Amino acid sequence: MPLHHCELCHIDLDRITVRRGGQVLLQDVSMHIHCGQLTVLIGQNGAGKTTLIKALLGQIPHSGLIRHVDGRGLDIPHLRTGYVPQVLQFDREMPMTVRDFMAAALSRRPVWTGVGKKTRARVDEALAAVNASGLAGQPLGRCSGGELQRVLLALAMNPAPDLLVLDEPVSGIDRNGLKMFLDTLLNLKESHHMAILLVSHDLRFVREYADHVILLDKSVLAQGSAHEVFSSPEFSAVFGFSGEEDAE
Amino acid sequence: MNTIYGILGTILPLEAYQYSFMKNAFLAILLLTPLLALLGTMAVNHQMAFFSDALGHSALTGIGLGIILGLRNDLVAMLVFGVIWAILICVIKQSGSASTDTVISVFSSTSVAAGLLILARGGKFAKYSSLLIGDILAVTPGDLLWLLIALAVTLVLWALMYNKLLLTSVDSFLARSRGIRTRLVECVFVVMVAVAVMLSIRWVGVMLINALLILPAAAGRNLARSARQHAAWSVVIALMCGLVGLTLSYYLDTSAGASIVLVSALCYAVSLAVRAVRK
Repeated sequence: MPLHHCELCHIDLDRITVRRGGQVLLQDVSMHIHCGQLTVLIGQNGAGKTTLIKALLGQIPHSGLIRHVDGRGLDIPHLRTGYVPQVLQFDREMPMTVRDFMAAALSRRPVWTGVGKKTRARVDEALAAVNASGLAGQPLGRCSGGELQRVLLALAMNPAPDLLVLDEPVSGIDRNGLKMFLDTLLNLKESHHMAILLVSHDLRFVREYADHVILLDKSVLAQGSAHEVFSSPEFSAVFGFSGEEDAE
Repeated sequence: MNTIYGILGTILPLEAYQYSFMKNAFLAILLLTPLLALLGTMAVNHQMAFFSDALGHSALTGIGLGIILGLRNDLVAMLVFGVIWAILICVIKQSGSASTDTVISVFSSTSVAAGLLILARGGKFAKYSSLLIGDILAVTPGDLLWLLIALAVTLVLWALMYNKLLLTSVDSFLARSRGIRTRLVECVFVVMVAVAVMLSIRWVGVMLINALLILPAAAGRNLARSARQHAAWSVVIALMCGLVGLTLSYYLDTSAGASIVLVSALCYAVSLAVRAVRK
């Protein structure tokens, strides 16, 4: 279900600045996040990656503009975002199935009265899209790290977003789970015409999957292809080694 | 009312239920326990057991303030104070200035102290000691009507809020990213708990109110796998324990509230055992 068919539509961040308590967390961050591309945000801890995500999701006050623009540079009025959090910290003993959790977000009927047929079908479809069909009846607390990330991805994809934001979704998942999650994500990228912004610490993953890489430290230090960013002097300055050496 | 008494007399052919005060108590439990048990499911999920305990304690201050301000109606004083207290705790908790259990503890002890200070002036506390243990046998048909209204209003609000609360209790940032106003949702929930607690405190007592809120939901949680099962088990356990406890208290000549809570505690122990066996 592509929303806006154009090769060049993008989310345009124009001089985003976030201040809190006299401290500047982000300074004049400008970037384009293109539809149909996987944009990866890298940087050290405290570089402002999560702050940028919060600003994008409209959760913290910021100055600067966030626009959703089509191929001709015209504004698309609404920006629908989907969000996959880092690691879900919740009470794993809570009696709630994956279906309850999804239905609570997707329908108005209170899930303690049960889940209606329509919602059930919608949940099943959403889970199937992320290779998680068998999980609906399972308690949410019993899901492995990889399963949980796929459930969260299924939720973030409903309703279909223009921009999917993932905050280090791959930390705390084993190798198998990780591969499955990334394959699912890439499939979604191909089948849905949406922009994906992902925060990652896993540089090997970035090199392999990213279409566009942005190096952040309060402001944008470098951006471009993985190769361009990894070989930049800014990358060496931040990480203390050249990303290209690391590859060998 | 007589029709209802008639029906009760037929379905409960026990000596205990010949008396209308027992019939009133029976009806009160029928209305009260499901209300508290449903709210309890979310209080348990939200890890707010301690919080509701503090709310119960604030009833003492509420009544004390009511006396100082010259309010005739204890219930109004308790309700107003309970709601203000609940919102205050909620706001301070959300500001994140201290850890939640510290905040609650401060509120709880402050309200007990303030309540005692006022109520025990001139050694008159004995007059209010019934507040501590409650008296379910003192329920009047008028009270029952209020309870029925409270139950209806709570169910409506509960239906509107439940999904949002559930998502908030899993991850509040995720909930906010989906357009849920988590702070508002939490505060409305807390106010609902405050109202339910204040409405029941005269009959259940400050000491035991929290048990009715938390025990059935905690036991239900041990047995349930889904949200629906949690609600169903909690309500069934609460009703069953309430009615069994009330009946036992008549024959054993014990405090009704205490009997109900002890039966609930027994249910909780059984639920723990069932859970251990299942694993």
